[in-house]
Amino acid sequence: MTVATRPQPGPPRPYEFPAFERATLGSGAKLLVAEVAKLPIVSVTVVIDAGAESDPPGKEGLAQLTARALVEGTKSSSALALAGRIEKLGGVIDSDAGWDSARLNLTCLSRHLEESLQVMGEILSAPGFPQEELDRLRDERLAEIEQIRSEPRGLAEEAFMELVYAPDARYAIPAGGSRESVGGLTREDVVLHHSRLYSPDNASIVMAGDVSTSRAQSIVERALSGWSGKRGPSTSRSAAPADGGRRTLLVAKEGAAQSELRIGHVGLPRSHPDYFPFSIMNAALGGVFSSRINLNLRERHGYTYGAHSIIDWRKAAGPFVVSTAVGTDVTADAAREILGELERIRAEEITADELSLVVSYLQGVFPIRYESTAAIAGALANLVTYDLPDDYYDTYRDRVGAVTTADALRAAREHVKPESLQMVVVGDAGLRAKIDDMKFGPVDVRTETP
Amino acid sequence: MRIPIETLTLGNGLRLVLSEDHTAPIVAVNLWYHVGSGNEREGRTGFAHLFEHMLFQGSEHVAANEHFELVARAGGTLNGSTWLDRTNYYETVPSNQLAVALWLEADRMGALLPGMTQEKLDTQREVVKNERRWTVDNQPYGSWWEKLPALAYPPEHPFHHSLIGSFEDLDAASLSDVSEFFATYYTPDNAVLTLAGDFERVEALAVIERFFGNIPRGPGKPPLADTALPRVFGAPLREVVRDNVSLPRLYLAFRCAPFGSPDHYVASVCATILGTRKTSRLQRSLIREKRIAAEASAFTFDLAKGADLLVLDVLALPGVSAVALEAAVVEEVERVHREGVTDEEVARAIALIETGWTLSMESATDRADKLSMFATYFDDAGLVNEQAAKYRAVTRDDVTRFARECMGADNRATLLYVPAESATQAAA
Repeated sequence: MTVATRPQPGPPRPYEFPAFERATLGSGAKLLVAEVAKLPIVSVTVVIDAGAESDPPGKEGLAQLTARALVEGTKSSSALALAGRIEKLGGVIDSDAGWDSARLNLTCLSRHLEESLQVMGEILSAPGFPQEELDRLRDERLAEIEQIRSEPRGLAEEAFMELVYAPDARYAIPAGGSRESVGGLTREDVVLHHSRLYSPDNASIVMAGDVSTSRAQSIVERALSGWSGKRGPSTSRSAAPADGGRRTLLVAKEGAAQSELRIGHVGLPRSHPDYFPFSIMNAALGGVFSSRINLNLRERHGYTYGAHSIIDWRKAAGPFVVSTAVGTDVTADAAREILGELERIRAEEITADELSLVVSYLQGVFPIRYESTAAIAGALANLVTYDLPDDYYDTYRDRVGAVTTADALRAAREHVKPESLQMVVVGDAGLRAKIDDMKFGPVDVRTETP
Repeated sequence: MRIPIETLTLGNGLRLVLSEDHTAPIVAVNLWYHVGSGNEREGRTGFAHLFEHMLFQGSEHVAANEHFELVARAGGTLNGSTWLDRTNYYETVPSNQLAVALWLEADRMGALLPGMTQEKLDTQREVVKNERRWTVDNQPYGSWWEKLPALAYPPEHPFHHSLIGSFEDLDAASLSDVSEFFATYYTPDNAVLTLAGDFERVEALAVIERFFGNIPRGPGKPPLADTALPRVFGAPLREVVRDNVSLPRLYLAFRCAPFGSPDHYVASVCATILGTRKTSRLQRSLIREKRIAAEASAFTFDLAKGADLLVLDVLALPGVSAVALEAAVVEEVERVHREGVTDEEVARAIALIETGWTLSMESATDRADKLSMFATYFDDAGLVNEQAAKYRAVTRDDVTRFARECMGADNRATLLYVPAESATQAAA
């Protein structure tokens, strides 16, 4: 009734990442345009080198507040009037700052591109930063911070960053800032931050979708003609790891139905030459469903709904972390399995089968990632943010394919550091004894009271 | 914008939807089975979803978890999901790997049971219990999607009980339940198979016929328990949950016409007017003007049988009591119920919905899922091309009438979360 023979694949059809062209606007801003005419949609991203990594000490959250406030009113329009102009066209404008850049995004039907870009031009050239909108955004961030106190996943992420980074490292505090730092941010801070960094010479405009390069250039040039200024100084912050060896922090949470578990340490910067070997090694370790960590914890033991390892690639060294949520009674067992996998990935080469699985996976899903104009614009924005070569996406699959099992082992041995591992458990206070039994290192307990 | 659509039916009743697009060498395979938690029998809540997990545990020619491995090796993505009235499975792969994806789906549709063992069932039961802990029990407000249907649908209704299921019922699930559920619901005549993307029609049809053509028709499934309901709840429904949360949160639901019916388009436009993006009523009033809420949104469940729900979801700012939050939301509801909406609001909502629809056609994965949905619910995949026009036909009078008829005090289900330590402040 069923067919026993497994079908073999046919010859692959070629795929190329969408071609893009570059130009420089009169203001000094760079323009990157990929014409993709499949559907009548255009995505525009203005990438500004103003990420949270450069928040001045004590003013953590400033980059994010400034980016979010950018669309909340101009010198001539209120926040709601601006939003109303875009929304009646069915478009969406939003802005935010991540660790490495601030981004202003627009997605609209191509027939509304010109009118939508006018709004974007007004936002870039004459933001108003009204006091009441800044107050509201600050209160919303404080609400977010409040929310996280009752949210085990959020608590685990934040506690982990605090544990692995040095106290003065920017990454020790969330991108959006802490209660203390956000509470102290003023309109003057925002205006100064904006005047220093939101200039055309510190920005790139990326467009992808149903628009030609020549049309894009002429309408962007017109819509953004009022935007001027020169980049000023910015702060440089440390991404140093915390001192000392292995430690555990147990965040005791009354009534926890599960334990949120994080194990890892500071990883590598995006520009590291081992980007590809490390990525392949991590995929086999915990980056895909059929990886060692997920198969072990989920499919072999049924400890969890899912377990994975990631490295968050940032300009400076971001965290490398194994994350999972497991039943309270198996918390220590699950942690032992993870530690065992972190040792095993350094002990011997992954098999040829494991390598071929992750390589063919990463090569195969590459075109699937870039089906939408927003995804293509995001990919081009990353070229800018991480200073990648223009042929980066054209050569990506070859570079994935060039990694060997020996490369992956070397990456594991050099960059996975068992002696530096830090562990966070958000869960039942009674876990203390079992965690002590693991003899993983000193254990601190913090009690979270909502 | 129109996408090409062809529909056919195999001899065994399997419905096919084909939609070619050769802009990238990618093809999406998407299979909907017309069974969800609503079909579960008493004492087996959560079984439809547990069963979905079992579909990745191997079949006659596929080992446990090999499905994941083969799709990853093919360079594809995959997943499955269970809802109140359907279950879907999908793979998106490089187009030269289409046959592998089809073969995997056919093997488990045709011969799942040879792959089933007690040990696999026990392991997946633990995985699902952890999924429940992760998404419901250990997540602030995580119980809302279990509590709201329980409040808004009467106890005997198929949509009343928990989709993820109780620990007790999960424990009770046996291998014979697996066999019975498979034989009853996982049959070609209870499924829709969609291909969207880069494939050659003749070749694909030959492969589908070869892999799926010999799978026998099912015995016919028992009818879903009666889903028909009065147009409104008839009286206010209310539950206050004192929980381990930091901030009050209100879910306010209204019964509305089922997905796909003319009035559902009206309800969707109304939801967009109330809760989608900055100039929507709730966001403008509660987030910006009154500074009471940190977040506000509105959406529909999109259930295609009996009755659907339109839900408002509003999270308080710190310092705002549950009482004040609820009063402010009710004031907005009263206003739209009494005064209706404006032409401008309707035009804005339709423009946002149209853009959203166009965006949902970008990826082969999403396009295939929409096609399967319309084919499963209405036996008409072509409805995908009519959605924009159906939304555009909604008028101010339609929405005003809907708000008058369906947003009154006799049609509100209130699910209010209150931080445990301040629960005494809430009006229960």
